[in-house]
Amino acid sequence: MQISTETLLQSYRAMRTIRVFEERLHREFATGEIPGFVHLYCGEEASAVGVCANLTDQDTIASTHRGHGHCIAKGVDVGGMMAEIYGRKSGVCRGKGGSMHIADLSKGMLGANGIVGGGPPLICGAALSHKVLKDNGVAVAFFGDGASNEGTTLESLNLASVWQLPAVFVVEDNGYGEATGASYACAGNQKDRAAGFGMPYMECDGSDFFAVHDTARDAIDHARSGKGPVMLHVHLQRWYGHFEGDAMSYRAANEVADAKKNHDCLESFRTRVEQEKLLDLNALDEIDASVADEVESAVQAAKQAPWPEEADLMADVYVKI
Amino acid sequence: MTHALTALTMPKFGLAMTEGKLASWAFSPGDTVKEGDEVADIETSKITSGYESPASGILRKQVAQAGETLPVGALLGVVADADVSDADIEAFIASFKADTAEEGGEEAEAANTEPRLIKAGDHNLNVRDVGKGGSAPLLLIHGFGGDLSNWMLNQDVLARSHRVITFDLPGHGASSKDVGDGSVTALADAVSELLKALNISSAHVMGHSLGGGIALALLRDNPGVVASLTLVAPAGLGREVNAPALKDMVEADRTRDMQKALEALVHDKSLVGRKMADNVLKVRRLDGARDALRTIEASCFGNGQQSFDMRPVLDAARVPVTLFWGEEDEILPVTGAKNVPDSVTKHIMPKIGHMPQLEKTAELNRLVEAFLEKSHVTA
Amino acid sequence: MSKKSFRQAINEALRQEMRRDPTVVLMGEDVAGGQGGSSGVKDAWGGVLGVTKGLQTEFGESRVLDTPISEASYIGAAAGAAATGLRPVAELMFVDFVGCCLDQIMNQAAKFRYMFGGKARTPLVIRAMYGAGFNAAAQHSQALYPLFTHIPGLKVVVPSSPYEAKGLLIEAIRDDDPVIFLENKVMYDDEEEVPDEAYTIPFGEANLTREGNDVTIVAIGRMVGMANEAADRLAKQGISCTVLDPRTTSPLDEQTILECVEDTGRLVIVDESSPRCNMACDISALVAEQAFGALKAPIRRVVPPHTPVPFSTPLEKLYMPSAEKIEAAVKSIMMQKTPEVA
Repeated sequence: MQISTETLLQSYRAMRTIRVFEERLHREFATGEIPGFVHLYCGEEASAVGVCANLTDQDTIASTHRGHGHCIAKGVDVGGMMAEIYGRKSGVCRGKGGSMHIADLSKGMLGANGIVGGGPPLICGAALSHKVLKDNGVAVAFFGDGASNEGTTLESLNLASVWQLPAVFVVEDNGYGEATGASYACAGNQKDRAAGFGMPYMECDGSDFFAVHDTARDAIDHARSGKGPVMLHVHLQRWYGHFEGDAMSYRAANEVADAKKNHDCLESFRTRVEQEKLLDLNALDEIDASVADEVESAVQAAKQAPWPEEADLMADVYVKI
Repeated sequence: MTHALTALTMPKFGLAMTEGKLASWAFSPGDTVKEGDEVADIETSKITSGYESPASGILRKQVAQAGETLPVGALLGVVADADVSDADIEAFIASFKADTAEEGGEEAEAANTEPRLIKAGDHNLNVRDVGKGGSAPLLLIHGFGGDLSNWMLNQDVLARSHRVITFDLPGHGASSKDVGDGSVTALADAVSELLKALNISSAHVMGHSLGGGIALALLRDNPGVVASLTLVAPAGLGREVNAPALKDMVEADRTRDMQKALEALVHDKSLVGRKMADNVLKVRRLDGARDALRTIEASCFGNGQQSFDMRPVLDAARVPVTLFWGEEDEILPVTGAKNVPDSVTKHIMPKIGHMPQLEKTAELNRLVEAFLEKSHVTA
Repeated sequence: MSKKSFRQAINEALRQEMRRDPTVVLMGEDVAGGQGGSSGVKDAWGGVLGVTKGLQTEFGESRVLDTPISEASYIGAAAGAAATGLRPVAELMFVDFVGCCLDQIMNQAAKFRYMFGGKARTPLVIRAMYGAGFNAAAQHSQALYPLFTHIPGLKVVVPSSPYEAKGLLIEAIRDDDPVIFLENKVMYDDEEEVPDEAYTIPFGEANLTREGNDVTIVAIGRMVGMANEAADRLAKQGISCTVLDPRTTSPLDEQTILECVEDTGRLVIVDESSPRCNMACDISALVAEQAFGALKAPIRRVVPPHTPVPFSTPLEKLYMPSAEKIEAAVKSIMMQKTPEVA
């Protein structure tokens, strides 16, 4: 099925925004102005965007510690995200969450998550909500190859299958759980794991937006139609370390360079739309310029935004005390 | 009383009471007490009330300590003449046993006098129907935010000579929570339905506060039903009402706030204990209870005033009417008592608040009994 | 109003809230039971101790969900469902099983609202059994309310009677924050008068089951009954006690505790949980900080020893607080003389 021009433009914009956002954070983090941990999504943009292009605000996603990409792909405000990462009161979480806890439930974004394997059980619950409330929604858990070994994930695959939930489990397999290779840490393979829980398995090249988009569409349609959960295995490479400051001494010298040269989702997108005459490249250049401006203003605004105050410390622990 | 030795025992305020707490002694051992003296304060889940000594003599021994919670009938102390020896007192205490046979009897009686739900029109009303006799049954209508336990110190006493019926108004106590538009007319309709359901064609009616207003509305709408009217600090005879106090009584959701709110009901604030507040809160917290009270409040006491005027009804009344009002009433000021015709027998009670039936129980019960007797003769 | 057991009171609260609000769903291991069994009988158990019996029959399999034995997934699912529009009541069976799903409670449900800057609501109730006295041994007998009380974002309810259980559970279900609701398994057959209608009891307000002048006894959950028994015995000996049931350990009604200690000048705390960092410690610290001047005697804690809960009956008896131990603790501080102030 042909992807609409509008969706293509939106998706390109989302991927470019993630790229620029993360690269800027990489530079800003080095200045020491950004507090805490930051885990960058560069190189994996097509996964979040390709999946989320098939979702609406009605659908729910749960993300990971490497969550900026999922947030942007699900439509969370970029300025608010940047302010949050800077710990400012104008952040989407009012400076209470930071990089690892960005959430916007009005967009169906159930939160980045500081706990590896934290998302899949939550997504079973979100999928149950969609099922009980009969709102036709789907719930999608993004998690890494590292989280695929968590008991919470395996329990969730089982529960989703037992309850026949409208859920999609997206394994974003970038080959590393922190500094340990998936080839060491993951026994067997994801396909057999899905089969073990009686759910369909689909896989795709995560540097190819079109591949992700179409495979995710099939997975999400399957779940939405009431046929139960699906595992979607996306093969990826991350361009930066586990977190900022990681020297990546566990990776071969040319691994990242090769990924950047041969597996850049933005470059392959441009090549494909040009070859197939799907979009005017000038329009993409305009998006690039607009995104650069947007991220620049987000950073400037975040740096100037006020800090939370003492009264904010005790606020929002409970809805009602 | 001429007994040389009299046991002071845990009294039973209303048949629902199974135990009470001896809150405090009013006399020390060796003090002389007269029959009718309030010798101790007894606290129940409903109210704190004075326990009147059944005999005159010397308080020879306090068997129970302040703070003890004891079953009804348990020995609290001994009153005896001076010439009774200490040994006799001790022997009396040692041999004292709460009369278990009688207790069993009381339990059997209690089973028959437990409140029960009665379908009255669209309402399910919680009704307690006790006693026999009298020219007509006596129906007691409690006030806004109250329930049938407001009459706990009156019903069983009056039931010695009459069939006496108490009930929870719609929206109150254990009754169903639909109050319609919450008007005094709608509530009077419910009372009328209740009388029909009980097959009562004529009743003496005693109403307290809003219940007084309801009694008057009943007289207006169903004149034939009301044999006589006893009004206790009734609504509908003036404009003024302590609306903030009523609001607090509805909305307070913490024990200490409710206790403070309830203190406005009585002149002697020590009558309102924490347990009484807890008990009111239990009823408030039933689903729909507060909404029902809010509806009644808006209809009957909207804009901080009493919204209905029953003076014309009272002026036109052809049945015997008597009125009780506490001079220190903080809810409906006693000035309302000026607005009644001379034919009404008025009892204005000094140093009493909005609830004479609890604060001046014995006197009110006696006067009501006499009034009913007289009404019977006139009728 | 009629006499109902602790078990019936809880069942009735769940039933009434499920009738009132279609977003209330139940989940847990064998909350119905019988799925996939060879008899074909569904709703076979209604909970391991029959507390949820009949609810699946009334509300169907879409709202009363049996789960695999898989606490992390379904407690996490309950948290996720709560954040996305349902009001789940998840049953953890024995609170000791929290070891299998603490992350979902501690790091997820409890923290959503704060982490997300006040933009999340997580109206989740987790019901679980707690307490010793059942010969259930070390992995099925703990009283873990201090663990949950320690975690900001959670509310923790420990009801002391059937009346309390029904009102507090309805309050918990209607509350928009995650609530841990702990039921003492020894109390399921306790009976008292419980209204037939739905009603609520607000969190954070202590209940005084006895009022006295000499000693304040703070007791939690099943300990309230023991404290009442001790207070009644002590009253006969001329020692009058206030018994304070906090109802919820989070929020804690600090004001009423302090007022009662101001009134009586003496404090005994009865806490069934392991003695280090438990509620007795917490309340002692509160009173030491804020009502030190009112104390006429040292604070006494009636708590179990710092051991796992033993299995054998005599050992478990030694382990548990009791009315006798409470009575002895009260007497021990009544004997202490107030230091003379020059």
